[in-house]
Amino acid sequence: MKTETSSIWKNAIYSGLISGLICLLVMLVGLVESFGETYIISGLITLGDIILLIPVVLMTFMSLRGSSNLPRSNLAGISAIIGLISGFIISLLVIFGQTVDLRPMFVNASPKLFEMVMRGVPLPLGALVPLLTCSVAALLTLGIHLIPARPRAAVIQGLLWVVVLGTLRDQILIIDLFKIQPFAIVLKRVVFAISGLRPLGAVLVFAIVTGLMYYLSGRKKDPSVIKSPIVVKRNRIILIIILGALLLSLPWLLGIFYSEILDTTGLFILMGLGLNIVVGFAGLLDLGYVAFYAIGAYTMGVLTSPGHGLFNLSFWQALPIALFAAWLAGIILGLPVLRMRGDYLAIVTLGFGEIVRLLVLSDWLKDILGGTQGIQSIPPPIIGAWKLNSLPLLYYLILISIIIVGFIAWRLKDSHLGRSWMAIREDEDVAQAMGINLVMTKLLAFSTGALFAGLAGTLGATKLTSVYPHSMTFIISINVLAVIIIGGMGSIPGVFVGALVMVGLPNLLTEFQEYRYWFYGLALVGMMLFRPEGLWPEARRKLELHEAENNIGPPVSNEPSINETAGAVQ
Amino acid sequence: MLKRWRQTLTWMDIVVWAIGIAIGIAIVIGTIRTWQAALYTPEQWINLTIDGLKLGGIYALIALGYTLVYGVLRMINFAHSEVFMSGPFTAVFLAKYLDSIGFYNSYPLISLFLITVLSAGVSVTVALLLERVAYRRLRYAPRLVSLITAIGASFFLQYTFRGFYGTDPETYPTVDALKGFWTIGSVSIPKTDLVVIIAAFILMLLLYMIVQRTKTGKAMRSVSEDKEVAALMGIDVDRIIVFTFALGGASAGIAGVLYALVYQQVNAFMGFIPGLKAFTAAVLGGIGNVVGAWLGGTLLGLFESLGPNLFLQGLGIPAANQLKDGIAFAILVFILIFRPTGLLGERISKTKA
Repeated sequence: MKTETSSIWKNAIYSGLISGLICLLVMLVGLVESFGETYIISGLITLGDIILLIPVVLMTFMSLRGSSNLPRSNLAGISAIIGLISGFIISLLVIFGQTVDLRPMFVNASPKLFEMVMRGVPLPLGALVPLLTCSVAALLTLGIHLIPARPRAAVIQGLLWVVVLGTLRDQILIIDLFKIQPFAIVLKRVVFAISGLRPLGAVLVFAIVTGLMYYLSGRKKDPSVIKSPIVVKRNRIILIIILGALLLSLPWLLGIFYSEILDTTGLFILMGLGLNIVVGFAGLLDLGYVAFYAIGAYTMGVLTSPGHGLFNLSFWQALPIALFAAWLAGIILGLPVLRMRGDYLAIVTLGFGEIVRLLVLSDWLKDILGGTQGIQSIPPPIIGAWKLNSLPLLYYLILISIIIVGFIAWRLKDSHLGRSWMAIREDEDVAQAMGINLVMTKLLAFSTGALFAGLAGTLGATKLTSVYPHSMTFIISINVLAVIIIGGMGSIPGVFVGALVMVGLPNLLTEFQEYRYWFYGLALVGMMLFRPEGLWPEARRKLELHEAENNIGPPVSNEPSINETAGAVQ
Repeated sequence: MLKRWRQTLTWMDIVVWAIGIAIGIAIVIGTIRTWQAALYTPEQWINLTIDGLKLGGIYALIALGYTLVYGVLRMINFAHSEVFMSGPFTAVFLAKYLDSIGFYNSYPLISLFLITVLSAGVSVTVALLLERVAYRRLRYAPRLVSLITAIGASFFLQYTFRGFYGTDPETYPTVDALKGFWTIGSVSIPKTDLVVIIAAFILMLLLYMIVQRTKTGKAMRSVSEDKEVAALMGIDVDRIIVFTFALGGASAGIAGVLYALVYQQVNAFMGFIPGLKAFTAAVLGGIGNVVGAWLGGTLLGLFESLGPNLFLQGLGIPAANQLKDGIAFAILVFILIFRPTGLLGERISKTKA
């Protein structure tokens, strides 16, 4: 018994050390200071404070979950230890940073950061402040942990909403809809301050959301009432009409700032739908996906730009040619590449992507592709008398493209071809034994993906009215990959969710741009470790990924690669 | 024989070989034309070769990390380029400090030793953290999952170090003792280049000895043959994997210092391109093979430094040096297509690649 209790405390100390070190990382990377001006609750809590305390809260939560059968006094002890140790580590950094100037090395270890962490209290006493805040955070976590499950979910939702609304204060107030009079007055006088929420507003938001969530979670579906199919169908039609109307009016309700974000997100949804076929359906990891976007965009640029003066086609004349070019590129690149599997394929496609970028940048092809300057003044598409030259108008073009592409992807998924792709994804050898033509099927996946990326490329080129080689980097490929992985590989709704989370949200928060790819990396690793099936998983994929847990023990026996390691270290 | 050939040959092979032969012919024509035009003096060619050897040595040291990890885990450690970056990017602050107190130029050997130790230490730490936090849980996960994790970790590390040390590149102070040239006949070789070539060669030899001659090296090789049987033979597989990451990290950290001696500037994104090329080198030589890493690195370095002048210019491509990265990637693509096992590797393509 004694060894058991001592191991509990040891674990708590361990968790405390880890959370303290993560706090240091977060501080030194600069997250805390950059968000130090973004108030959640005006004058009280900034987003930086929240970010600083997230490691403490998470570590406490994880430790508590692992030891839920202990008496409450022990739990309190664990929380207190984690909070105090984290706080102590932060204090050490603060004291050290105040005596020695760390800035020649760590650019973010500024006096402002330390002042923020100490909440404005000068040094001798200020060193105690992190101890206090971290302990409070840890004990609050304990408090939430001890509430019964149903209200706990509601409380957590309430807190999350406060943080989200507080962070997005500026973004909410510039929505055109909320500029209409009665809304605007209420929002500005009661809910929002100059930065973040007013304390009263925060309490209101928390109370409303918590109450609502509690009420909703209490409503049980009555299994005895079965809705008639007609009612279900009618409801669905009504839902679609409402959704359609909402989608159509979105740019006018939200305003120009949001139109830009909607357009960008839309382009990533298009690319995501394409890559989802390649990676999600067929399981071919393509890291050079941006190459097809580039080919689409450049073909469009070369064909239409009057400044370029080579062809001067209109958007609609150039569109099929650009799509064909992207599709052909998919086949040409796919032919040799598809003979290899798995991670080699990923690296080769990455190599292809880089080659395309280097060619585009080179002086060699400068006369055609414009070198580093790219191609300018691409004309907008014209429908009848309409010139689609503004962001809200382009939104409709992108929306229509998404609907078409989404429909194709959705129909393909359950088709013969789609099932062949999934068979290849699961086991190439078995798929081949079942009579699937591997080359043809893979090529179709690759070229369809390329086609969709090409479409996104043409639209992207018209949206920016120019094409730059520097916007065609590897990072875009990773961006699209992150979209489909976060959403859930192979899942079509997942692409939408992923694009909203990974593209829409970061574009909303301008302060966030600096750390965007930091979070991408974190999200990819975290997702793969804890939820590899994504936010909106596809059923089959989920089964595959959790295969190992259903069979007992590691699936070594059905992995011949380990036994036939001919290419061992020699 | 011919009959079997005809049976296994598909139309895809024909297309692939056609592309390959076309490129081969283009290279030969380019080379001949450059040769005939006599664009460069022999001294210039020697200098370019030395340049290539220097780059090759650095690539080989980084490639070792890819190769060793691939050997034991069968995964491409995409974040290895960040392991390579983290060392020199941290050690630059020590170098600057030593320079500011004058120690750097009065005791260059001790200073360089300290910098190398710090750089290797940081790289090893990052490599071990990666293994512990990210890869250990995924040892039996599908390959796609571990590769995506590695890509994510790579981005996370890049932007973490950028956050730590800032966006601006830092500059290594130059060592007075390494300035200038050694002249042999009509050829003058920069001192730094020679030091880098020799240091990289000695290190590769040392690492080869560790893998080939020590008991831990033997254990490592057996783990890469078969994890289970190795475990049955009393080998602590976890410990060996950790050791492998540490060894790869150390060689990457040292390669980082050599890289910094040559290029001087370091920043958070310096790892990506050398990392990709080192991976190319590992594949070129045959992944999982220490000698292969050395051979691949050297060949790649030579291709890259000689290639643009040798055959691209002969083909009439302006500013051919802009495409030297392209040559490396093209080699990667073609090696993987025509001989995925690399020059020294055995036939693993069917089961592994």
